[in-house]
Amino acid sequence: MSDSARTTSDSNTRASVSVSFRGGGFAPKPRRWVGVVVFAALIALAEWGTRSGWISALTLPRPSDVLETFKQLYASGLLFKHMVPSLTRLAVGAAVGVTAGVIIGVLIGLFSYVRAGLVPLVAAIFPIPKIALLPLFVIWFGIDEGSKYALIAFGTFTPTVVATYGAVDNVDRTLIRMGQSFGLSWFSIVRKIVLPGAMPGILSGLRISLAIAIILLVAAEMLGAEYGIGAYILEAGSLYDLERLFAGVVILSMLGVFVSAVIGAVERYLLNWRT
Amino acid sequence: MDIRLDAISHRYDDFEVMRDITLDIPDGQIVCIVGPSGCGKSTLLRFIGGLERPTSGSVLQIGEPPADSLNPLTYIFQDFALLPWRTVAGNVSLVLEDHGIRGAASRTIIDDVLQRTRLTDFANALPRQLSGGMKQRVAIARALAVNPAVMLMDEPLSALDSQTRELLMDDLVALWTRQPFTAVYVTHNLAEAVRLGHAIVVMSRRPGTIREIVTIDKPLAERQFGDADLDQKQKALWQLMRDEARAADAELLNV
Repeated sequence: MSDSARTTSDSNTRASVSVSFRGGGFAPKPRRWVGVVVFAALIALAEWGTRSGWISALTLPRPSDVLETFKQLYASGLLFKHMVPSLTRLAVGAAVGVTAGVIIGVLIGLFSYVRAGLVPLVAAIFPIPKIALLPLFVIWFGIDEGSKYALIAFGTFTPTVVATYGAVDNVDRTLIRMGQSFGLSWFSIVRKIVLPGAMPGILSGLRISLAIAIILLVAAEMLGAEYGIGAYILEAGSLYDLERLFAGVVILSMLGVFVSAVIGAVERYLLNWRT
Repeated sequence: MDIRLDAISHRYDDFEVMRDITLDIPDGQIVCIVGPSGCGKSTLLRFIGGLERPTSGSVLQIGEPPADSLNPLTYIFQDFALLPWRTVAGNVSLVLEDHGIRGAASRTIIDDVLQRTRLTDFANALPRQLSGGMKQRVAIARALAVNPAVMLMDEPLSALDSQTRELLMDDLVALWTRQPFTAVYVTHNLAEAVRLGHAIVVMSRRPGTIREIVTIDKPLAERQFGDADLDQKQKALWQLMRDEARAADAELLNV
């Protein structure tokens, strides 16, 4: 018996159907303007609803009124009076928390004893709502800026630690072996192989840490702050001034989008080696 | 500089990996180690370069490495082990920086090794832009940059397709012909072994021992793809290994 193909003399006469496509999908592609459209549609819906009256003024403020409030806030100069202390608190608190978190996270990733000692501690601290500790921080660090910095720093610290040591664990061991096989010093391996290798994980952890920092910023400012976005929102809330409340919320959202965009830019710059 | 493996045995707990391996690696020759999977040939290579320690026995360096050798025992890995965030030149520079070679001196060495591996035009490319064969040539350039006394190659061509493998074998032969180097070359591919090896060490399955050492006297530069005498050697090697390979394949892992 030969291996030649079976004769297909009747292939012309048999029915033929084209093979149906069943691949594709599962690959998100950038759709640039869809996000903006969703925002615009929701705002337009709220505007239309409040104008036509089926959304009562007590339920939701009219978006155009919120914009008006925002304009007034800007014109009166109060916007900057609230923004500057808030941004300072955010920057100082997050910088302290993230720096400490990255350092501790790298140490956990590198040293077995540090890992054995600190991982349970971090696991114990992580689920504590840091807001609950605010009264304690006031006693430890004082009623003014100190306690606010501490709260934000503490809140960003734990997620940064967890993300960082996870990222260090995920650095390709073959690259570390390569470094050792070429006689690189321990410090060189950490600086040139471990840290750049962990950078993607550290940066994606930073996204979460900084979002938490914004949440805690507002919480911190609700206690004993004269100026700040949190204080502004709290004051508007207790007066049931929905327009000002929403103006404050919009500022927070924009802050979140801005922080996310900054991290995105840093990622594009530092991680351009990725495919 | 010669390398001598002196009665090396290795075990994980009560699981014997290799037994009593004694082998001389003479200066200026390529010694290939072949064997069925799991016979410990890659582990043996890690012993030679000091990345792992055998349970008993020792690896000896006989004679001094050349004075200009920055890293006498240098690996070339199967998966290339290039830093993805560094360019081709940066990856070579990595292994020079720790020896205090920077600036113009570093530039000279990098240009030289990239020229020898025909990568000059790709000095500023990132690893992700390169094909598998080019990545391995970068790894070879990096190894050449530290002037190794012995190259330790762990299945360097196994991650490549067969055409690229042929091309890279020609490259290795050309590099060796131009300046003979000492190498231990671990592979499971017998065609590579007969093309590149001056001596071929056949290992048995676990616990790994040396079954036979086959020498090939034909000069590297005269060996060609499909040479009848090489094919003969390859067949003989396969006869030697066949039953071992089958038995190794049927074993349970990590029992």
